[in-house]
Amino acid sequence: MMKQKELKGDHEVNTTTTQPNETVMQKESAYVVNNLNLWYGDDQALIDVNLDIKKNEVTAIIGPSGCGKSTFIKTLNRMVELVPSVRTNGEILYHGRNIFDRDYKVEDLRTSVGMVFQQPNPFPKSVYDNVAYGPRTHGIKNKKVLDEIVERSLRGAAIWDEVKDRLNENAYGLSGGQQQRLCIARTLAIEPDVILMDEPTSALDPISTLKVEELVQELKEQYSIIIVTHNMQQAARVSDKTAFFLNGEVVEFDATDKIFSNPTDKRTEDYISGRFG
Amino acid sequence: MNQPNKGLSIREMIEANKKKKYSTTNVFDKVMPFLLFLSAFVSVVTTVGIAFTLGFELFKFFERVPVAEFLGSTEWYPLSADQRFGVWALVMGTLQITVIAMIVAVPLGLASAIYLSEYASERARTILKPILEVLAGVPTIVFGFFALSFVTPILQALIPGLQIYNALSPGIVVGIMIIPMIASISEDSMSAVPKKIRDGALGLGATRLEVAIKVVMPAALSGIIASIVLGMSRAIGETMIVTIAGGSQPNFEFNPLNAIQTMTAYIVQIAKGDAGYGTIEYYSIYAVGALLFIFTLVMNLFANWVTRRFREEY
Amino acid sequence: MALPNSEFKNTKNLMDRASVSQRIKRRLQLNEIFKYVFLAGLVFALLVLSTLIYDVVSKGGGWVNLDFIRNFPSRRPEQAGLYPALIGSLWLMMLIVPMVFIVGVGAAIYLEEYAPKNRITSFIEVNISNLAGVPSIVFGLLGLTIFVRIMELGNSIMAGALTLGLMSLPIVIVASQEALRSVKMELRHASLALGASKWQTTFNVVLPSAIPGIITGIILAVSRAIGETAPLIMVGAATFISTTPSNVFSDFTALPIQIYNWTSRPQAEFQNLAAAGIIVLMTMLIIMNSAAIYIRNKYTNRH
Repeated sequence: MMKQKELKGDHEVNTTTTQPNETVMQKESAYVVNNLNLWYGDDQALIDVNLDIKKNEVTAIIGPSGCGKSTFIKTLNRMVELVPSVRTNGEILYHGRNIFDRDYKVEDLRTSVGMVFQQPNPFPKSVYDNVAYGPRTHGIKNKKVLDEIVERSLRGAAIWDEVKDRLNENAYGLSGGQQQRLCIARTLAIEPDVILMDEPTSALDPISTLKVEELVQELKEQYSIIIVTHNMQQAARVSDKTAFFLNGEVVEFDATDKIFSNPTDKRTEDYISGRFG
Repeated sequence: MNQPNKGLSIREMIEANKKKKYSTTNVFDKVMPFLLFLSAFVSVVTTVGIAFTLGFELFKFFERVPVAEFLGSTEWYPLSADQRFGVWALVMGTLQITVIAMIVAVPLGLASAIYLSEYASERARTILKPILEVLAGVPTIVFGFFALSFVTPILQALIPGLQIYNALSPGIVVGIMIIPMIASISEDSMSAVPKKIRDGALGLGATRLEVAIKVVMPAALSGIIASIVLGMSRAIGETMIVTIAGGSQPNFEFNPLNAIQTMTAYIVQIAKGDAGYGTIEYYSIYAVGALLFIFTLVMNLFANWVTRRFREEY
Repeated sequence: MALPNSEFKNTKNLMDRASVSQRIKRRLQLNEIFKYVFLAGLVFALLVLSTLIYDVVSKGGGWVNLDFIRNFPSRRPEQAGLYPALIGSLWLMMLIVPMVFIVGVGAAIYLEEYAPKNRITSFIEVNISNLAGVPSIVFGLLGLTIFVRIMELGNSIMAGALTLGLMSLPIVIVASQEALRSVKMELRHASLALGASKWQTTFNVVLPSAIPGIITGIILAVSRAIGETAPLIMVGAATFISTTPSNVFSDFTALPIQIYNWTSRPQAEFQNLAAAGIIVLMTMLIIMNSAAIYIRNKYTNRH
């Protein structure tokens, strides 16, 4: 891999040393997944997954339930390792570094890769403390700074106006949709590069779902977003690229327009036209 | 998107903190699991401590008193000039208490359990269950006082020839003390029998009584057995009730009307007295304690085994 | 197709309506009778409990007053009090609570959050459940040898508290484990996904959610320990002392010991004193248990 030396010194652009080849029109990669295999005990859940996920795009992962899409997204921040019997091989390069490297601290990875879960899971604390949890955990104690982070994150998650007068109330008092946006705000509070969303709207009503989808569109400006969804319309609405998973394999990975209008693989076509799943 | 202050980069602050604060967070994450493990290990150390204590002093006891006398004789006169250490006299006291206690506790405990799990409405349960919880929380010294000052006089009025100190009164009160234990463990395992099994039998026209006796109790048998065994183990180890109301006359005869001495009451008697460190009496309490420990341990292990081995899979 | 057995051809013969309804009646009667037989078990427990309370209050109620709380034990019953015993019990409580909190909750956190599923872990768990069934007097023997003699703590508050603390530990561990287990996995995941370390997650998210259950367990365990007599007799709690303890290495007495002492005297007045002591002890325990129930209800209603 060649380094683009001429960039250095011009501006203080990006100092990451393992920046990939900057071919014209080619965006930077957030994740490069090479030959990823994963087993739960003896059951193989991911088979030879290869994906190149770009920065500042929304990548949707679709597929029937049990296809490994949820497993895959949890592998990207190594949350999958909380299941005791998990084994993996292959590599996932994040900013050019294999996240499975022995000296890669999983806390560092998860600090720059945020995650939003299927069920809203706020802490049983106040709205403020929920958002401040991440920064506090990482050593930011200054009250003024925290106040600003909380406001900025809640605004970023488009929920500030709804909760600004009840920051000290318990988050369990919010509606499901508000709770989910609070969870997004909580993730934004540590300014991650990537946000992983594991079926973030599956527990929400249509209006809340719409709000979250709009939010995803806004967040794309600053963050790379990977979203697992069982809802194909949602994938079509929000994403730039779509990967179709089936039985643990990537069947097809392409621009969302292409996948939904003119898929290459017969199985993709069958799935999006609703023949199974 | 609204960004009040573009200059503040959380990410940079976090990275800076990471470098600065690495050490403390890191130390906690390295050290705490070990400290927590040590806490958990305290229980193992305690068991080893008990085994060591009992074993060590037991050994000293057997240097002075032959094993054959301890386990082969029925005479226990530790404080007379001609000392005898035949532990069966004490075991007989403990056995009487246990038998009487189980005669009281098993029917009443199981009846309570059946009522709570099969008949009581949710409302009745919330009123009735606390009675058992309060009964379970009464200190044994209080039960001891109750046995001596209330139960014994009543029994003496009913049964001529009953001594002030006897096995019957403390036996009954130990039984009362155990009722909550048998009731709650049995009830747990009976409530765990799924509703659909009950409904099946009720649907065929069985009465609640028939469901309870023929369906629920067999299905919950392992829990019921465990509750009874654990109750027995509690009766064997119970100390204050029998010390206060049972007397201090070790006798190898099964007569609940007479004064007795249980293994536990003997230990208290010596510990309370002036038996100096190094005397045979002093070591004898460890010998008795070791036997007590073995009895209860075997019963607890058995109860554990029963619940594990016969855990109902619904 | 004809049934193979000709007896069953006529279904009317299969069931004799009259005798069946007769039997149903009997079965229902039996059911009704036994309902009350089973209820009698609980009624008996209630009866015993009220008799016990009545017995104690009628014997000791008149003896509980300020002097009884403030005075030292005495040979003259009308002057006797349980002040040093009350203070001794409070000392014990103050020592036992932090002990079982640190060690008990630590052990529970290890077993629930950290322990790998292996033989050592299951050995520790079996160990704890067996310790819960060891008679208290055996803990007393342990305390006598290890704390009183080997560690040379003598017949001190410390020796008593360590003995009772070890005895209470299994209850605290099991209650804390249950409290930790009831904390939803999703909360742990939320914290870990924000880059928090295992310990940060445990300390800042899991523990605060579990703390009401843990406190309830500790109160119940300590209230049981405070009512224990036999282990304290073993470690040599004094039956008659003329001073209150000045530090953790002082000799001491405690409420159950004082009650036992009065119980074992023949004169009726001392029986009354024992009953009065029981009223004080039970009042203490009822206050502690009410606090535990209050905490339990307050925090279980919220979710």
